[in-house]
Amino acid sequence: MSRRVCSAVSSSGSGLVAKRGAGSSGRVGWTAFFCGPAALLYTVFVVVPLVTALWYSIFSWRGTTQGPLSGLDNYATVLTAYPYQDQLLRAFGHNGVFFVGTMLVQNTVGLALALLLHRAPLGRRLFQTLYSLPYLISPLVVGYLWSMLLSPSFGPVNAVLEAVGLDALARPWLGDPGTALPVVVLVNAWQWVGGPMLIFGAALAAVPAELEESARIDGASAWKTFWTVRFPLILPTVGVVTLLTFIGTFNVFDLVFALGGSSGGPGQAMDVLGLLFYRLAFQGGVNAIGLSSALAMLMFVFVFGISLLVDRMLRRREVNP
Amino acid sequence: MKTTARGRIATQVLLWAYAGVAAGPLLLVVLGSLRPNQDLLRDPLGLPQRPTLANYERAWQSASLSTYLWNSVLITAAAVALCTTVSLMAAYPLARWHFRGRAMLAAYFLSGLMLPIKLGILPIFYMFQSMSLIDSRLGLILLYAASGIPFSVFVLMAFLRGLPRDVEEAARIDGADELRLFRSVITPLARPAIATVAVFQIAPAWNDFFFPLVLLRSTDKYTIPVGLSRFFGEHAADRGALYAGLVLAVLPLVVVFVIASRQIVAGLTAGIGR
Repeated sequence: MSRRVCSAVSSSGSGLVAKRGAGSSGRVGWTAFFCGPAALLYTVFVVVPLVTALWYSIFSWRGTTQGPLSGLDNYATVLTAYPYQDQLLRAFGHNGVFFVGTMLVQNTVGLALALLLHRAPLGRRLFQTLYSLPYLISPLVVGYLWSMLLSPSFGPVNAVLEAVGLDALARPWLGDPGTALPVVVLVNAWQWVGGPMLIFGAALAAVPAELEESARIDGASAWKTFWTVRFPLILPTVGVVTLLTFIGTFNVFDLVFALGGSSGGPGQAMDVLGLLFYRLAFQGGVNAIGLSSALAMLMFVFVFGISLLVDRMLRRREVNP
Repeated sequence: MKTTARGRIATQVLLWAYAGVAAGPLLLVVLGSLRPNQDLLRDPLGLPQRPTLANYERAWQSASLSTYLWNSVLITAAAVALCTTVSLMAAYPLARWHFRGRAMLAAYFLSGLMLPIKLGILPIFYMFQSMSLIDSRLGLILLYAASGIPFSVFVLMAFLRGLPRDVEEAARIDGADELRLFRSVITPLARPAIATVAVFQIAPAWNDFFFPLVLLRSTDKYTIPVGLSRFFGEHAADRGALYAGLVLAVLPLVVVFVIASRQIVAGLTAGIGR
């Protein structure tokens, strides 16, 4: 397929660069030479697998043997049949909670820290670096790190609670279905809070100081100044952060794998779409290929579609404030 | 911008409090990695009374983190080198030449910025099976190089487009062919952007867990993330070694970012400052 792409380029490329003096027929070959390797790699290992996944999803499979064309049957099975529907809805719900929770915790704290740093220029770089430290660590390592800190009997978190007399709060955080998902939200927020902090910080720095001054002179409180002057001006940034959070939380895999294993923790309390897809693909039974490919396409269309929609809304707001 | 003294103190207190939240857990891991297991079990919180590197020894040798680290270094370095080379080659004509289909080819590469390559895991798995790339480090290298192409082409194209129009002219007049020109004019000029692209490719390849989890079989080929996952499954009781393993998994990336931070900034500002 890559050869087709490059030859399409080179066959139509002849004679276009002639005005620059180099032999134009030679340029066709050079274009293929320079673009070929990247086009080949990218096509074989990125584009073809994704197109093939779409292809897989419209057939029924017996193991690795491709059966007859089944149209949208796999999609219907994943969306409506037992037990897939229940698992899908539960995982989807968890991704939703994960998204909303992350928005509330990570982005609120990020904005709060950005506001504090905006007021205190002294040591701003130091704090920004400190807050962004967890950024350097992979989500998998972050997951294992917190699974150790939160371990029921030998974990420092429970030790801290006991040391300050809050023994009642100490619990097996990741072993309790009631706390597992909230803990995932908090750990995720802990890792990524530096992102919204930096993005909001840059947006706040761009708000003209005179606007705030005049609001204050008019007697508005700091709280009111924020909501009426600053917040409307950083609203597009809020949109961007929301979009990034959405994509990140609906694609999560490594973190929940490290915190709860491939089955999604106690009572599958932290099962998410990424884990469900992984289990369906590699432990999914006779029609695993068809069903998991259909799920992959559904996930892609959902995340991509919503992202495009939000992006378009943001752009419209920018043009027409 | 007048703030009361009390407000300023409150701000500082809050900022330092969150600094504790952000850095505290990391500090706990580093401290834990220096304490013997008996101490860790007796008191999960304390400072190292008699600091020891024994945990690191166990993690390095009996848990074979040394093997995993070597594999990660090899795979990451090869993937980044391959990806950067082919991306720079492709970005050159896309940014500097005029040919029909150029915009389409550029769009073809850039569309990959939005594609979640993990969702293609099953086709990749079966393709690798037919190419004998299952349980092979080469397979991962090719995969990481390919998945880094959209971002790399995007950044390099933007950078090369910003170079003055006449940088190639002199060399062309001297009779240099396209390959010479690419190697001795374009590549040196693009060095800041190359550094940026390379640095940004390191973390995804180094940190990837999903593909080795599915595509590797033998433990002597494991990279750090899958190795760490196995380590946590098999040595769950050896808390000291687990802490040491976490530090060992993170340290190389931290070192790279500290060394490269100047390169990163140089690359980014070179992209913006034109």
